[in-house]
Amino acid sequence: MESATVTTVRPMSRRRSRGLSERRLATLMVSPSVALIVLVAAYPIGYAIWMSMHEYSVRVAGLSRWAGPVGLGNYKAALSDSAFWDAVKTTFVFTGASVGLELVLGMVMALTMHMAFRGQGVLRTVILVPWAVLTVVTAIMWQTMFDPQLGFVNNLLGAVGLTNDTVWLGTEPQALIVMIVADVWKTAPFMALLILAGLQVIPDDVYEAARVDGATAWQRFTRITLPLLRPAILVALIFRTLDALRLFDLPFVLTKGAHGTETLSLLSYQTFAQNRIYGLGSALAVLTFIIVMSVSFLYIRIVGGNLRGLEDAR
Amino acid sequence: MDTRRQHTPWYAWTAVAAIVVFCLFPFFWLINVSLKRGPDLSSSSIIPPHPTLGNYRAIFDNPDFTHALGNSIIVSLVTTALALSIGSFCAYALARLRFRGKALLLGGLLSIATFPGIAIAAPLFRLWTTPPLGLPKLYDTLPGLIVPYLTFALPLTIYILTSFFKEIPVELEEAAMTDGATRFMAFRKVVLPLAVPGMATAAILTFIFAWNEFLLATTLTASDKARTVPAAIAFFTGSTEFEQPLGSISAASVVISVPLIVLVLLFQRRIVAGLTAGGVKG
Repeated sequence: MESATVTTVRPMSRRRSRGLSERRLATLMVSPSVALIVLVAAYPIGYAIWMSMHEYSVRVAGLSRWAGPVGLGNYKAALSDSAFWDAVKTTFVFTGASVGLELVLGMVMALTMHMAFRGQGVLRTVILVPWAVLTVVTAIMWQTMFDPQLGFVNNLLGAVGLTNDTVWLGTEPQALIVMIVADVWKTAPFMALLILAGLQVIPDDVYEAARVDGATAWQRFTRITLPLLRPAILVALIFRTLDALRLFDLPFVLTKGAHGTETLSLLSYQTFAQNRIYGLGSALAVLTFIIVMSVSFLYIRIVGGNLRGLEDAR
Repeated sequence: MDTRRQHTPWYAWTAVAAIVVFCLFPFFWLINVSLKRGPDLSSSSIIPPHPTLGNYRAIFDNPDFTHALGNSIIVSLVTTALALSIGSFCAYALARLRFRGKALLLGGLLSIATFPGIAIAAPLFRLWTTPPLGLPKLYDTLPGLIVPYLTFALPLTIYILTSFFKEIPVELEEAAMTDGATRFMAFRKVVLPLAVPGMATAAILTFIFAWNEFLLATTLTASDKARTVPAAIAFFTGSTEFEQPLGSISAASVVISVPLIVLVLLFQRRIVAGLTAGGVKG
């Protein structure tokens, strides 16, 4: 890769004192990345849209109403199927609950880390452990903890006088709760890191001034910390929300989508990869794509100028 | 700052302890399960009554696991190397050069970071299983995983590297160019060596991403020929419906987590810098 570019550059550089013009060099440097991304991201998405309008499978009795190029038939099928709407509901309930909890917990963690000066290094290392553990492993961990025989969660609940015979992953909505708990464990620390980075750039004298003026700790938090953290929090929220909306691995390992845990991505996977109903599966994938993109568009519209980082990069 | 340094209040220490337990206990529990003998797997004790390494021996005797481990190592390393070598050019252009369509490119890279993987998994599954125009069949092969991994690894690498390249003083390149170097030579001889820390950060994060990836690994592979460990473990669970081999699944989980945890412990500072560069700065 590198050597190929070098050979194209050298002869040019002899002719001109400064080598390629800035524009041509930029084109050369950028094009491999762009080519790859177009080939393996843009083209497949176009192909998914095409497939969703041209393919249909007779293997599913309920779909035999459509034949040949189906136009929007697959979308009609998806939108009139309760499985789709259940998946939409599951996905949004999961996203709302886990991102909400992660924000609160991440904030508490970040404030603690900011306050505890001595242990900060250790804490920063410890907090990266859940982030480094693979999502699949996270799923297995929590699966064994909530297991009625092997796990200890039911024993713990029994010890404090609560019901201790819940089959967590075999009941609705308990299975979704396990999924949320596992996700919160894995990603609240990540949220904490992003918020901590935001906290560390707030100058101390702002707090000093507020303290001199007699502001209480709560007032300092709501009037200074929160407003100044707004950009960091919003960026963290966007990243986490989009991640949660496309969730696939946790339900795949924990329940295979049973008991109210079927997310949009999992439903689409099962439709095209397991049942080989390509058209409908693609339509579901495209719908997931549209939903995720709309949410990120909304966020960016609402957040707007707060994404200072984006402006910097430009 | 100074007042904080002097004394950490007791409630902060309590919170610190709670965070440490919250973060570490689940992993400790996983190790506990992995050390249990078959018969003890139905007991919920937090310490294995008869600790054994039997589960670890079992997974290393299992070709499904050892193959997958090899696949994971190859796929993650190759993805990282390719993403870095292709991405560093693009990152340099974004950090330093002026060209048309820069904003568009940045927007495109960012929107790929927000793509749901399923939107490319569905079509790639079809393209890989029934390739058009006599193209090679990429389904269940390692390149069939590496190529799509680059779509997600590249934007990540480019973002991190761009922010690192920007921190290198422009004057150094200008000096090299007044001495007769071309822009490209200045990039190769001056910027790249200085950017080694940034490259290391990008490499670690890309490696972790590839090691972790699950959706494409599950969708685009079918056997131990190309399955990476996360996918292999998931199918391990599904293969026995009545008796889950939880002991060996836990052992496998520990084995694939330990390298990452060690990596994270060693490069803690870099990782945080990279995450916040890519995350907070956009």
